[in-house]
This record gives sequence, C-alpha cells and structure tokens, in this order.
Amino acid sequence: MSWLLRVFGRIRAYFSKRALDVDLEAEMAAHLDMAIEENIERGMSPFEARRQALLRFGSVQQAREIQREARGLMKLDILLGDLKYTLRTLGRDPGFTAVALLILALGIGANIAVFSVVDTLMLRPLPFADPHQLVWIAPPPTKCGLSCATYSTDAYDEFRMNSRSYQDVTGYFAFSSPGNLSLKLSGGAPIAATSIDVIANFFNVLGVQPARGRLFRPEDARHGAPPVIVLSDAWWRTQFNADPNIVGKAFDIGGQQTTVIGVLPASFDFGAVFAPGTKVDAITPLDLYGPPRDWGNIITFIGRLKPGVSLSQARQDAARVAPSMCWNNKQPQSCGSYKDQVVPVPLKDYISGRLRRSLVVVWSAVGMILLIACVNLSNLLLARVAARSKEFAMRGALGASRSRIVRQLLTESLVLSIAGSALGLCLAYVLVFWLAHQGSIALPLLSTLHIDGAALAWTFLIAITAAVLFGLVPGLRMAGGNLQESLKDSGLGSGQSRKHESIRSILVVSEVALACVLLVGAGLLLRSFLHVLDVDLGFQPDRAAAIKVDYDDNVPGDKTGVLTTQKRTVIFQQILAHVSAIPGVEAAGISDYLPLGQNRAWGTPFPKGIKPPDNASSPLVYVITPGYLHAMGTRIRGRDFTWDDGARSDSVVLISASFARYLASLANWPDGNAIGQVLASGKQDLHIVGIVDDVHEEAVEGEAGWQIYYPQSQADSAGAQLVLRTTLPPPVLANSVLRALRALNPKQTAAEFRPIQTLVDHANSPRRFFMILVASFATLGLLLAALGIYGVISYTVTRQTQEIGIRMALGASAGRVERQVLAGTLRLAIIGVFIGLAASLAAAKLIASLLFATSPWDVATYLGMALALLVVAAVSGYLPARRAARIDPMVALRAN
Amino acid sequence: MLMWYGHRDAMTPPKLDLLQGTLDLMVLNTLAAMGSLHGYGIARRIEQVSGDQVLLNQGTIYASLVRLEQRGWIASSWGVSGNNRKAKFYSITRSGRSQLAADARHWERLTGVMDRVLGMSKDPDEEGNLA
Repeated sequence: MSWLLRVFGRIRAYFSKRALDVDLEAEMAAHLDMAIEENIERGMSPFEARRQALLRFGSVQQAREIQREARGLMKLDILLGDLKYTLRTLGRDPGFTAVALLILALGIGANIAVFSVVDTLMLRPLPFADPHQLVWIAPPPTKCGLSCATYSTDAYDEFRMNSRSYQDVTGYFAFSSPGNLSLKLSGGAPIAATSIDVIANFFNVLGVQPARGRLFRPEDARHGAPPVIVLSDAWWRTQFNADPNIVGKAFDIGGQQTTVIGVLPASFDFGAVFAPGTKVDAITPLDLYGPPRDWGNIITFIGRLKPGVSLSQARQDAARVAPSMCWNNKQPQSCGSYKDQVVPVPLKDYISGRLRRSLVVVWSAVGMILLIACVNLSNLLLARVAARSKEFAMRGALGASRSRIVRQLLTESLVLSIAGSALGLCLAYVLVFWLAHQGSIALPLLSTLHIDGAALAWTFLIAITAAVLFGLVPGLRMAGGNLQESLKDSGLGSGQSRKHESIRSILVVSEVALACVLLVGAGLLLRSFLHVLDVDLGFQPDRAAAIKVDYDDNVPGDKTGVLTTQKRTVIFQQILAHVSAIPGVEAAGISDYLPLGQNRAWGTPFPKGIKPPDNASSPLVYVITPGYLHAMGTRIRGRDFTWDDGARSDSVVLISASFARYLASLANWPDGNAIGQVLASGKQDLHIVGIVDDVHEEAVEGEAGWQIYYPQSQADSAGAQLVLRTTLPPPVLANSVLRALRALNPKQTAAEFRPIQTLVDHANSPRRFFMILVASFATLGLLLAALGIYGVISYTVTRQTQEIGIRMALGASAGRVERQVLAGTLRLAIIGVFIGLAASLAAAKLIASLLFATSPWDVATYLGMALALLVVAAVSGYLPARRAARIDPMVALRAN
Repeated sequence: MLMWYGHRDAMTPPKLDLLQGTLDLMVLNTLAAMGSLHGYGIARRIEQVSGDQVLLNQGTIYASLVRLEQRGWIASSWGVSGNNRKAKFYSITRSGRSQLAADARHWERLTGVMDRVLGMSKDPDEEGNLA
C-alpha cells in the first residue's frame, strides 16, 4: 500500500515543483543556521562555525538533486527535456524535417492503407453473426463458374431435410441481372434497380437484423402471397430520401403493388459479399415452390453449421446426402446427378480465398517500401548526427552515459516517426475513403473498407518499429565512437568518417536492391495485365453498348407458350427495326444474357445416337435474335439465325468452336465439321447451322467454356439485352435509343446504356487494381531510392571536398573528378541491382500464380528494370558529380 | 559522498558508507525514540548515537525524509524550534511504527544469519561436523 502512496506522492510532487523547492530551501537554510548556532555555542568563530557546518552538511547542490530525484518523476522530466530539445533541433533544420516527414508519411501511410485492405478482405470476419459457422455449398470449381454452382428446389429440399450438420440451409436465386426491378413512382418514368430473390430464411441463417421494420417470414414466400420487399440501406437513403415512415408503404414495382416491410442495416451489403462490383438495391422473397420449382438449378446453398460440427464432418455428411438429391422429383432419372457435386467450404474462404496470394504480394511490396523509407531516413540521420559528433563527444566527456546519448537520439527518431505516422494516417484515410467508393472494382467487401481500431494499432506498431529501425543505427554509431578522436577532429575527412561511409554505402546498396525487387515484381504484373488485355474475348467490345429492354410478352391463357413466343418475336422484330433505323447504328440484336456476366446451362445436347459420357460440362445458353452476333462482333462460320427460323421450322442452334471440336471428336464427324449435324436434346432434334468463335463468359483469363445459342423464336428468353454496334460513341446514341424503345413500350424503364467495354473492364478490375497498387509502390520505391542515392553521394562529396581539392590541385581534371564520382555511384548501384535481381529470382515462384501468360523469370522484364534502375542511379549521382567537378581547389584547401 | 575524512585521521577506521534503505530506517527509529524533531536535529542525533562511525552528509537526510513522508510513515508540519527559529518538524505515524517494527525484526534476522555464516570460517571445531 505504501508504494501506492509513494506513486501518488511522486505525481503530486511533479506538479508542485516550485512550491516544494521553496520549502526545501527554507529547510536547508534553517538547518545550516542551527548548525552554525551550535558550532558557535561550542566555541568556534563565526567564520569557522559556518565552514564546519557546510562541511558536515555536504554539497548543497547534491542534497537538492537527490531530494528532487527522490520526490518526483525524474524519468519523466528527462523525457520531457529530451522532447523539448528534439523539437528545437528539428525546428532549426526545417528542410531535413520536411523531407523526413514526407518520406515517413508516404511509407507509413501506404502501409496503413494496405493493412486496412488486407484486414477488410482477408482477416476480418464476415459481417454476420458467428461467421465461422457459415459455409458455402457448391460443386468443386469448374470451367463454368458460378453459373454451374446452383441447385434445384427439389435438391434443396432433400439436402435440407436429410443433412445432419446444419442449423439451417438457405440460398438465393443466382440469375438475376442488373436492373431487373422496375419501380414506378407516381408521375415519372419507371426507374430501374437491382434486386435479388432469396429464400425466406436467408436473413435468419446469416444472422442479420433489420434496421427498420422486419425481414422475411415463411409466409412471405408462399405462392400467391402479397408481394413484399426489403430495401438496402443505400437505396432507402438515395431513392426514398431515408423516409422514416417507409415501413408499410406500398409501391408499384414491376406492375404489382409491393409493400416495403423493412430496411436492411448499413452493415449488410449483399453485393459486397456475394456479387462484388454490383450494387443490390433491394431483396425480395423467392417463391421456391411456385414456378421456380421447374426452372432447374437456380439456387446457391449457404448453410450454418451446428455448433461443434467440423468442416470435414459436414463434407462427409454432404457426400452422404448428395446421391439422394434429385434435380426434379418428377423425373426419377435425374436423381443422383449431384453425386460429388455438393462440397461445403467456409464462406469466408469462398469469398476472399482467391485473393490471398495477391494480398500477400501487395503487403510484401508495401513492407519493402517502408524498409526503403527507413533506410533512407537512417542515412539522413546518420549524416545529421555525424555533423554533431563533436557535441556528443563533449557530452560523453562531461559524463553522459552511452545509453543516455542513444536515448536522446531515439527520442528524436520517435518524434519524427510519430509525426510522420500522424500525417501518414491522414493520407491513408483519404486513400481508403477513395478506394471504398470505387464501386467498379469487383473485389468482395471492398465497399466496407474503413480505418478501424486494428488499423490504428498497426499504425502505432509501425511507427515504433520504424523509429527503432532508422534511429538505432545512427545512435549506436554515434555513441560507440572514440571520444578523443571526435574532440580532436578538426575537419572533414577523418578516420571515423570512413566507417560512416561504408555504412552509408551498405544502406544505399540495400535501398537499390529493395527497389529492384519491387520494380521487377511490378514489371511482371504489368506484363501479365497487358497480356490479359490482349486475350481474344470472342467479341469486339469497342463501339458496342447494351441496354436492358423491358417487354411484355404475356398472353393470358397461353398454356403451351407458343403464343407467348410468337408475341415476343413480333416485339423483338419491331424493336430491332426501329433501333436499326437510328442513324449511326451499324447493327443491333437481342440476347437474354451477355458475356462476362452470369448465365445458366440447360444440360448438354449430344450428337444423335451417341451415348453421352458422364461428367461432361454443360454449355452456357444464349437465347438470341438474328443480328446479335454481328452486333457483338463475333465471327460465325456457316450462317446466323434468320427471322425465318421460327416455331414451325427445324429447331436450329449455333455452337461455339471448342464445343464443336469436342462433339466432332466424340461423334467422328467427317472433316471435323459440325455444320449440318444434328444434336439430340431430350426429345428435340437440334440442327447445327453455324459455328461461333469461343466467347469468354465468366472471366477474361480463364478457359473459355462452351456456348450454345438458340433462336429466341424457338426457346424461352430470360430477359432482353439490346446490343448495338455503332460508328458513334455510345453515349451519343443513348437518348435516341431510349426514345425509340419508349415509343414502343411506354413502360420501358430508364435503364443504363452500358458500353460493352465496361463489362470487360469490370471483369479485369481486380487484376488491374492489384497491378496499379504494386506499380505505384514500385514507383514510390524507385523515387525513394533515387533520393537516397542523391543524398548519400551528395553528402560524400561534401565530406570529401578537401580530398577532391587536393586531387585537383595535383592535376586531376574536372571531367576526371566527375567521372570518378559517377563511377562510385554506379558501382554501388550495380551491386544493389545484382542483389536485387538475385532476390527477385529467388522470390519469383511466390508471384508465379498471379501471372498470366508471363514467366516469372521473364528475361526482358528483369533486364529492363535493371537498366531503368541504373539509369535512375546515374541521374541521381549526376548532380553531386557535377558539383564535385566544380570544386575550386583553392577554396577547398582553405576550408575547414 | 565527499571523502573529506580521509585527510584528517589515518588511525581511525574509515566510516561506513550508508545505503539508502538503512538511512531511512535510522531516521524512522530516531523519530520513534525522540518524538518530533526537525531535519537538523535528526541528523545530529544519528551522528551522536552512531558514535561518529557513520559517513553522513547531513544534506542527504532530506531525500530520506521525502521518501518516508511520501510513504506515509512520517508526517511533517512547520513549527518553531527552541531558539525561536522556524523549522519543519517531523514525527512518526502509526503505520511508520509498524513498518519500523517489521524492518527492525528483518535486520535482526539478517544480522543473526550473517553472524552465523561469518562465524563458520573462524571456528576450527566446526569443520569436523561438515565432513
């Protein structure tokens, strides 16, 4: 207890220094007076009495000091003293301080931003209750991606009933396209929005609570139930002005009066988690047991494991249940088709697992930037400290211990570091804010990016680490010096500076090596990206644009669907005729799905008479009008569909080239020619009338899967995207096209006119994002390295002024001096580049999985970057070299 | 600590250097025995009682007093001395007394043990027992 009192006492004493000092003086004065009195009484003379009293008292100053030490917070006083001194010295040299702060702000700011990105995308748990229990259940990844990762209603029922591992299983309808919602407010054109249909227990399984109102109940999804909708927080704010009374209001959505029953919390963003790069405005319940029951595989599975159930147990359970799942209970032969196609993986892994490698690379890159920055600062501080070597020698001679000097230098670097990280934090905040609002980058969870407590803790950690890294080297160097020599050192160019020079050289070499590694990495990524851009997509994205078309092909009482199809054909013909007439439109066509977006498959048609092999992948289906392929710029061999291909003529299809090759090898068609051959699909005969170039429909980089095209007059169309090829830039035509569409259908929503190029850019956006990040880090690293080289060479020249002066006086020409300095610079740079290249070769494998069509040992990149670095080094060394050449020997020899 | 003594008298053995904790203990005991004293009085008393065998710069007593006061073992107040001089008087508190008793016990144990250990090497009869 007494020690606690002591602590409080110390703190109190710290704040009342002056009063306590006055007290002590009074006490000591009284003490001496009494001692003198006693001595006088003993018979001494006043002078002797005083002398003896002082002798017995001891040193008054010492008594004062130990009393102060005993009563207050001495260490705090020392720290504050150091701090004040540091601020003074930094203020006296604003140039140095500004440069140091800038370097630190850039290095630390970049680190904080990247850490936030890594934290958001990889480390932070998903924004759901108990997210570790959530799993994504899907077939093992195949060529056709998400479009093949779905299950039918009957499969869902079977899985949900018989699985023993889950608290509950839910899912959503995976084939909604953007702009599928049409909101009609009074007195205005219909507004397009995006909604997703989910199974009624979706929010329960994820553990999401509404911000307002309520979420779905099982009766909301029942067939014939009154339509309800739940709004996203963003749409509620932008479209409905954050109306506090929104719950219970009904709006005309898609022609039906739909009631808003709730608003989702701002923390829940469907697009961020499940469909990166898309904005989901509202969520509606999926009527599982109505018409969707016969639509085939439409639902994704998400399950919540029971507490204590492990992933491997869930996997075994799924393997057990899968064979009994049926595609359609009314078709017993479809049972068992899901064998080995039901595999749970943790939801977090599914969402961001693919990104892990890229994030690790980016994090390493930014770490290297920080190292380069620290090395730079180390050099700067070393130079500064060397200039004060006499001061430190004096201090040492007066009794300062080595640790005291090191402590003061560390204080200086800490102050710089903390100030730099404060600036860096502001920088990172701006960067993170900007990134979070880049809706076009298709990275999951990016929109939830923000600076949180973890980032702040990381900032603090980096600040301390950086301070120690760059402060320790100069500090130890300084404190370990020979006192005598430093005091004697009267000029520049003494023995100690040679040791300093070798350290500086080592630092420069390491800077160059790090910059080299960064540059090589960035170069490889850039090359990959350029290769990706070169990929033949199977269509021509430039000068083509798409717009979603609303149409009403409903024919009441049409049981077979024939009349609906006929009505739709007429509508599409009209639309295309009108739109093609607009000046500037080269070609136009309609398809129900676009490439690089979602799609679905309808099983695999095989050549007539051939037994289909097991586990063949399914081609994705496009239902198109004549002219679509021409508008997309896709080449056709054979012929395109015509308007004569109708309900009464032969069923015709177009297939993609790789599908055709596969079928030709299977059926041994003569010349491998598929045109004219017949495929069997169910009871139908499909005549192949043409072969189409492979189109990349999931991702630009992956293998193109198979595609099959049906004419819309012979198949059900799931929607309509009007695609135009124009000679003018697409935005110019937007109004005319919309007008034409509205003239035909007043209910046409004000949909967005999207250039096809944006689809491609969207698909490439994650790769572009990472490439830009690493490239900017490499540029930053190069800049820092250049600054570092300049600083060191410049400083060396200054220190060697006398030496150079002597050399010139002895006959060396200015040109020779300049060449020598440059040679010294290049020597350092070459060593650094060699080490950097060696390190890059060693680390190349780490980056290999991120590259596309580029070898991680691509010679051109390595040589190119090495050359660039050497050129930059030469340029950095040039200015100091010129300064050296201009040294006047007389001035140099006279200078001290 | 100034070693001014060394120049005066080479015959007397050098005075004992005082450790921080022991000075505190001496001050506490002095106050317990003498009641309320000012700084000078405490220092003089310690010198007298130790028979001038302790090396004490009187000024160091003020650090000791501050330590003891912060721990609550002594209390201080300004008063007037015998010669009508203003001085700060210190007195021991109750917790100070119990601390004193504990410390004194500790010292007795310590010195007892040290005596026995140091006594070991002097006595030839003891060596047989160790074998």
